[in-house]
Amino acid sequence: NHVVHNGGLYKRPFNEAFEETPMLVAVLTYVGYGVLTLFGYLRDFMRQWKIEKCQNATEREEQKDFVPLYQDFENFYNRNLYMRIRDSWNRPICSVPGAKVDMMERVSHDYNWTFTYTGRVIKDIINMGSYNYLGFAQKTGACQEAAAEVLSQYGAGVCSTRQEMGNLDKHEELEKLVARFLGVESAMAYGMGFATNSMNIPALVGKGCLILSDELNHASLVLGARLSGATIRIFKHNNMQSLEKLLKDAIVHGQPRTRRPWKKILILVEGIYSMEGSIVRLPEVIALKKKYKSYLYLDEAHSIGALGPTGRGVVEYFGLNPEDVDVMMGTFTKSFGAAGGYIGGKKELVDYLRTYSHSAAYATSMSPPVVEQIITSVKCIMGEDGTTVGEARVQQLAENTRYFRRRLKEMGFIIYGNEDSPVVPLMLYMPAKIGAFGREMLKRNIGVVVVGFPATPIIESRARFCLSAAHTKEMLDTALKEINEVGDLLQLKYSRRRLVPLLDRPFDETTYEETED
Amino acid sequence: AAGVGQQWVLVEMVQAFYEAPAYHLILEGILILWIIRLLFSKTYKLQERSDLTLKEKEELIEEWQPEPLVPPVPKDHPALNYNIVSGPPTHIITVNGKECINFASFNFLGLLNNEKVKSAAQASLKKYGVGTCGPRGFYGTFDVHLELEERLAKFMGTEEAIIYSYGFATIASAIPAYSKRGDIVFVDEAACFAIQKGLQASRSNIKLFKHNDMADLERLLKEQETEDQKNPRKARVTRRFIVVEGLYMNTGDICPLPELIKLKYKYKVRIFLEESLSFGVLGEHGRGITEHFGINIDDIDLISANMENSLASIGGFCCGRSFIIDHQRLSGQGYCFSASLPPLLAAAAIEALNIMEDNPDIFQTLRAKCERIHKALQGISGLKVVGESFSPALHLQLEESYGSRENDVKLLKRVVDYCMNSGIALTQACYLEKEEKCLPPPSIRVVITVEQTEQELDKAASLLKEAAQSVLN
Repeated sequence: NHVVHNGGLYKRPFNEAFEETPMLVAVLTYVGYGVLTLFGYLRDFMRQWKIEKCQNATEREEQKDFVPLYQDFENFYNRNLYMRIRDSWNRPICSVPGAKVDMMERVSHDYNWTFTYTGRVIKDIINMGSYNYLGFAQKTGACQEAAAEVLSQYGAGVCSTRQEMGNLDKHEELEKLVARFLGVESAMAYGMGFATNSMNIPALVGKGCLILSDELNHASLVLGARLSGATIRIFKHNNMQSLEKLLKDAIVHGQPRTRRPWKKILILVEGIYSMEGSIVRLPEVIALKKKYKSYLYLDEAHSIGALGPTGRGVVEYFGLNPEDVDVMMGTFTKSFGAAGGYIGGKKELVDYLRTYSHSAAYATSMSPPVVEQIITSVKCIMGEDGTTVGEARVQQLAENTRYFRRRLKEMGFIIYGNEDSPVVPLMLYMPAKIGAFGREMLKRNIGVVVVGFPATPIIESRARFCLSAAHTKEMLDTALKEINEVGDLLQLKYSRRRLVPLLDRPFDETTYEETED
Repeated sequence: AAGVGQQWVLVEMVQAFYEAPAYHLILEGILILWIIRLLFSKTYKLQERSDLTLKEKEELIEEWQPEPLVPPVPKDHPALNYNIVSGPPTHIITVNGKECINFASFNFLGLLNNEKVKSAAQASLKKYGVGTCGPRGFYGTFDVHLELEERLAKFMGTEEAIIYSYGFATIASAIPAYSKRGDIVFVDEAACFAIQKGLQASRSNIKLFKHNDMADLERLLKEQETEDQKNPRKARVTRRFIVVEGLYMNTGDICPLPELIKLKYKYKVRIFLEESLSFGVLGEHGRGITEHFGINIDDIDLISANMENSLASIGGFCCGRSFIIDHQRLSGQGYCFSASLPPLLAAAAIEALNIMEDNPDIFQTLRAKCERIHKALQGISGLKVVGESFSPALHLQLEESYGSRENDVKLLKRVVDYCMNSGIALTQACYLEKEEKCLPPPSIRVVITVEQTEQELDKAASLLKEAAQSVLN
């Protein structure tokens, strides 16, 4: 645990912790994977010699002599490990993804190879998996009514691209509003968050440029960087010394082999990293960027709306100037309860993107009711709809975050990430516990998300909770009680630093004691 | 006794030393000298120029000036000033304040304004809200998505279908899921930009063949065959694919699918078919080009289409056999790492499918209108019609270029403006000039929908004739 006040760059304490994996647990996890691999080979052997029925779909008879579409080895993990715990993912729901959700019950009679729906609906599961940070996933309320109005007027689709005939007045309204919300000169909105990254990074950088990307960046940033054709160098996660070394080396030595100077350097970071729960060290990144004259691309997919006293994201959280960030990118899926992405920045940048972005020329523009949902929710957060609902929600999320994280740490679980991030990863490590945790929590009517390899390193599987402003204290207490039970049942309380539990006081900034066990 | 033993071993050693042949001693001596030299020589690293002092490094860092993040864009750049559409982009559209008849939106079946579609979307909005707040794997799978996938698979006659939340991302994620580094893809020159991006992301070997030229494709396939015979081991693990579109967006013609099927079985290549424009347009029931030619749908490995044209919704889908489609659920990037389609758009697509199934005669009506305007646009001086007679998305290109591409674009813009001022909304086909592999010539896009009446079609044709006369002569 370290509190950093780096030469006055940070105006508030930065508490981030990634407790080390206990040695015994690491060994047992490897043993677990070893056993699973051995069994995997055994089952593959039995399937090959037809002792066991192969339930995979197979190639057509007429095409059996074509080159095989998949290598057997590629799917080893899929067939033998993923298939055993497949019921933890792709759970179908049939209600609004708010704080409580209804799930369709499904059973499998052949160990997860096929599922059948019993027709029963499990009602009121506490939803700790959906990215609903400010609780705008609602089926009633001002946002939904406005969206319904626009739907009946404009229809659902657009059938054209932005540059041709798809630029509606609604899109212009949205972009002006988003620019005002972020505090930048201009903004542009796109229909899909993933595509915002993968189609705009190639428009900004090309061959002869350098991209410095964080180790744990999202797949969309990695794809955008690859498609651009620039050179990519990776620095250690949130590690400013690693980034500075790369910057120095790049400018001093130039491009590899030809030694020509780089055309531009672009640093790709995210606001909140969703698998680790960590927040980017933005003041230091901006200081480095200014010193070495490079450009900063900040992906605020999870942090917009979720951080900062008025929900303006990680820039406001650190009290910095939005003009210091060259490209502010974010998505509307998480905190605004809609779909799509945006890029904000100086007017020249956005004008350039309007002309040269792949999405503006070739992809259909956003659907009008979705645009209206974003407009209404942004106005609500800013307080322009005349109520204080938005402000209250932002506060509620911050309180929920602090409370939930503190209680989990007191119980003795290993929790990764920053104290203020609403994404809470709880470490499971062992492969069997991934499936067990998901299923036990569902039995107790709580829906959680579990993640394993390949989204995380092989021994660091985790359960990830996404807090929401829609969660009341009672819901959190219920969830915490059940997590405590399941934690004891599955022996998940690995942490060797026990926190002394505080008496039940209202939330404030007091620090707490820490004892080493 | 030990001391004597040691002495005795030493004596033996010295004796052996004297008895050894000369070359042996010389060789050993050289080796020992070499070891001593290596131990004392300085190690040097090739990478670091350690001859730069700290001060020199700081100077280099001070001096380096990057390019500006984006170059400035001139204010009158044609792609910068968008048309602003107030109100819904339906049959009668208000562009830049003027009411026009819409010949520019891909609303082929007129479902954008359909009341049944809108009420289905409203019902879904009341039940689910707008967004799904998560990817398909993490509580983002709704029963609406499952229903839409089932309906699409049933409609097309395949085993399974998978939905994406963005039309562009559909084929751009599908191709890299199957084709990896080292695999070979034969693709038509006129393939759309989404296919090009999918191919770039896949890092495979791309071989372009001339548009709709089966002889050229066969030549490439034969060349590949001779390559294979030189290295049969590598050939056994190299996957091959042909990527074609049903109805090409850039040229308006269709691919010769029966010949492609023959080539598929002859050279053992898999076919990926992109049907964004032909889904809901070709074929007796709107099932696309496979129905148009009467081909067994299992012969095509993967069909990909977007729901943004005929179905007037947002998103895209891929359909095919479970063996192929199921793979995308874990390796389609746009599927796994992106939020799922908002339920109201999925419900709109389901209702649109219902309408397509209940009214199979709209396809015939649409084709008749296309034929009519295709005939009416023939013989305009200065402009030529590019596209099949039954294609609802035509191009009007200049018969001969007027110097540079810039001049051509300006001239076509004047034609478009003339038509817009007289009540017909048209647009130029927009491309990213520096990014396309084979840039098509500048053209005006004419889109025919089922809602346009015969008078309106005739008016559009005569207006275009007028515009061409006044601008190009």
